[in-house]
Amino acid sequence: MTEAQIYGICGAGLVGIGLYGAILGRSALRRLLAFNLVGSGVFLIFGAIARRGGLAGGAASDPVPQALVITGLVVAFAATALAAALLIRLAAVERDEASARGKPEAAGAPSAPVAAPAKSTDPRTEQPATGQSGAGHS
Amino acid sequence: MPDFPLPVPLWADIPLALALLVLALWLTATRRDRAAVIGFTGYGLLAAIAWVRLGSVDVALTEAALGGGLMGLLLLTAAARLGERADQPRPAMPVRLLVGVLCLGVTLALAAVVLSLPAPAPNLVAAVAANQAATELGNPVAAVLIAFRAVDTMLESVVLALAVIVLWSFGADRAWGARPRTLDLGPPSPALMLLGRLLPPLGLIVGVHLFWTGADHPGGPFQGGAVLAAMAALLWLARLGEPPPVSDGLTRVGIVIGPLLFLLIGLAGAVIADAFLAYPEGLTKPLILLIEAAKTLSVAVALALLVAGPPELPAPAPARGETAAEPGGTV
Repeated sequence: MTEAQIYGICGAGLVGIGLYGAILGRSALRRLLAFNLVGSGVFLIFGAIARRGGLAGGAASDPVPQALVITGLVVAFAATALAAALLIRLAAVERDEASARGKPEAAGAPSAPVAAPAKSTDPRTEQPATGQSGAGHS
Repeated sequence: MPDFPLPVPLWADIPLALALLVLALWLTATRRDRAAVIGFTGYGLLAAIAWVRLGSVDVALTEAALGGGLMGLLLLTAAARLGERADQPRPAMPVRLLVGVLCLGVTLALAAVVLSLPAPAPNLVAAVAANQAATELGNPVAAVLIAFRAVDTMLESVVLALAVIVLWSFGADRAWGARPRTLDLGPPSPALMLLGRLLPPLGLIVGVHLFWTGADHPGGPFQGGAVLAAMAALLWLARLGEPPPVSDGLTRVGIVIGPLLFLLIGLAGAVIADAFLAYPEGLTKPLILLIEAAKTLSVAVALALLVAGPPELPAPAPARGETAAEPGGTV
């Protein structure tokens, strides 16, 4: 077995593991990590192909795939940075909404007694319901 | 290109490949986000060693600087900002099994492809070697990046500039013109401040060296720029400096100077030389160095700003209960 084959198979395994994590990850951040694993696996397979081509051509590795992988790594980083910023922003918006929803309740604002509970119960009933179904299945 | 022969190569390759796979499995399965992110940083460094074993030192340097260093910083910051949140409910066992089988199928198909690649492997080594002299560069990867596939590299530097613009647009409307605050994670520890004082001078030298040596040896604008960006992010994290506000003109020039210079020289090539992105004879090396220097600067600025996050207004004192909520997330 050559190192190209070893790392090629390793890359194939990483794509599978990453795909599983991207679909069934525990949190959005974990799915982002898993997505990066898929990318890393694809790059490794490309690297294995570059190694084979390089050895056949009398070099350590084919320079053209190497250049493409370098470009790909930088773009993958930019995409990950955008996704991470979106997650942080989403969490901030959710926190703002929760505090905005919590304030009238705590103050006991009489002006909108119907609207505020109706809004706040929606996500609360959602979470226990999905939690129960998950617990019931497992 | 250097190659590192071992007496029995498989002693190194099989454990390394297994370590990558086990680490990937672990960081998919582990419960805590922060532990997974730290595992991912280690994964990036291991992957860099795998790239050295594949004979791609240029890629290894990029992977170590970006995948191991900057990506770890970015994701750790995100994990700290998000806090440990309650797990989403796991789907039913049959669903997990189905997804697992499908993913295994993808892996097996890819492995079969890897094992059945054509025997005389097709490659462009000879084509690159034959034309490399025209670029006056000793590093074939640099020659591919800056000359033979210059369109890719130019568009990619444009992508980085666009990514910063998109990132900035994530900020709230009223925060426009403020500075990024994603790295403001409370008062830095003394160890971090010491690191922030000791490492950047060295990192500056390493980053510029990586850019300069990239013409003839592994390295280049991306690797050098990534190291420089990591140093800037370290300074900001240690509160020894602040990211510039998004309205800062000089920062904006820094972001676009690389792609702009690349594009202008490329367009000039259509007139002076024989094609778009072709370099006129005799001026090839100086022009390439000029483009690479500007690109190193732009890559460094863009990557550092991508880690720094969108503009934010200073937070009013409360609403920072993430660290307190952490132990609850481990249940």
